Amino acid sequence: MMSVKILGSGCSKCKTLEQRVRQLAEQHKLPIEIEKVSDLQEIMKYGIMMTPGLVVNGVVKSVGSIPKDEQLLAWMEGTSL
Amino acid sequence: MKEIFAKHPLGAAIALLPVWIFLYLILQHIADGLVALSGLMQGERFTEALRFFIFEVPKVLLLLTLIVFIVGIIRSYFSPERTRKMLGGKKLFAGNVLASLLGVVTPFCSCSAIPLFLGFVESGIPLGVTFSFLIAAPMINEVALVLLFGLFGWQTALLYMSTGLIIAMVSGYIIGILKLEKHVEPWVYEVKAGHLEMGEDKIQFAQRISAGVDAVREIVSKVWIYIVIGIAVGAGIHGYVPENFMAGIMGKGAWWSVPVAVLIGVPMYSNAAGIIPVVQALLEKGASLGTVLAFMMSVIGLSLPETIILRKVLKLRLIFIFVGIVATGIIIVGYIFNAVY
Repeated sequence: MMSVKILGSGCSKCKTLEQRVRQLAEQHKLPIEIEKVSDLQEIMKYGIMMTPGLVVNGVVKSVGSIPKDEQLLAWMEGTSL
Repeated sequence: MKEIFAKHPLGAAIALLPVWIFLYLILQHIADGLVALSGLMQGERFTEALRFFIFEVPKVLLLLTLIVFIVGIIRSYFSPERTRKMLGGKKLFAGNVLASLLGVVTPFCSCSAIPLFLGFVESGIPLGVTFSFLIAAPMINEVALVLLFGLFGWQTALLYMSTGLIIAMVSGYIIGILKLEKHVEPWVYEVKAGHLEMGEDKIQFAQRISAGVDAVREIVSKVWIYIVIGIAVGAGIHGYVPENFMAGIMGKGAWWSVPVAVLIGVPMYSNAAGIIPVVQALLEKGASLGTVLAFMMSVIGLSLPETIILRKVLKLRLIFIFVGIVATGIIIVGYIFNAVY
């Protein structure tokens, strides 16, 4: 199963990104596992220096920004690298 | 508009520039025209406050849009990863100078201060150099510079930027030679950061333009309301507070005004957009430039939320030293400007 992680502690962008991802997954009935990671040591393992980070199947896809819905969806469906 | 920018970002940007210039040039006439149309008496307090408001709000918003767009493009060339690489292996003072300069152009938000701090320290960048970056990044931001340029003129904007840079360089340098590493929370040094592989060199210029557009959308939508409120308060002061009202409190004669301004400014948390228009109006009413500059720097550069965030990685003692050194720097700058101007 595909796994999506949102890396970020309290920032507002992080919350927005998590909401978007959850909404999209629900709308398109995607069977993916969504996890919010807020532990700093855990976040740092991905080597990012800006939050939120988006990780799909262990690979960092975006850092410090909220990607557009189409892009998010493509990653979550596995149609885009 | 969105679609045009998505398809032809460069063309759209070039086509909009003359529109921007035209709007900027006719603003004063529009404001005067509207005031004349309203039938209000020229020279009355309310009329002058209104004129100030309907001229300054669109002017600052126009400037903000242009500058945020340009800065958005510039920032697409700098990532924290690249900045970190450039700072690696730099010796004390040179590292502080470079870190302060990079703090201005690297994308930064105080909510990312911790991952950035961890990433820097973990890769071996000295504490003092990291601090230079963390001081410059929030203090010298595009919103503050636009407002300073729009409301005070380019001299003040340049003054703010250069003194802010000097404070960041010197404060970081002092923190560096004080050897305060032991006052960083121990877990910081145990962090094992992974290596991020992202192809960031292959960005095309069209994508950088859309990065600029995104920056405009994000920042302008967030700060416009503060600008409107700030300028409204400023307009009120402009029209109603008597000339030289501030001279006794924030004027040159009052030697204590600089430290008091900093003491009030540090715990105060307001973004640059709200505070600068108010401060501009105070300057007009007899406050002195050094005091005003010190107040702005302490509000913008040293914010309570950011120090609270930093508590996660720094022991209380280091936080006090950090705030103390930066505040002292700001006070010195305030006195120098009060003496010179």
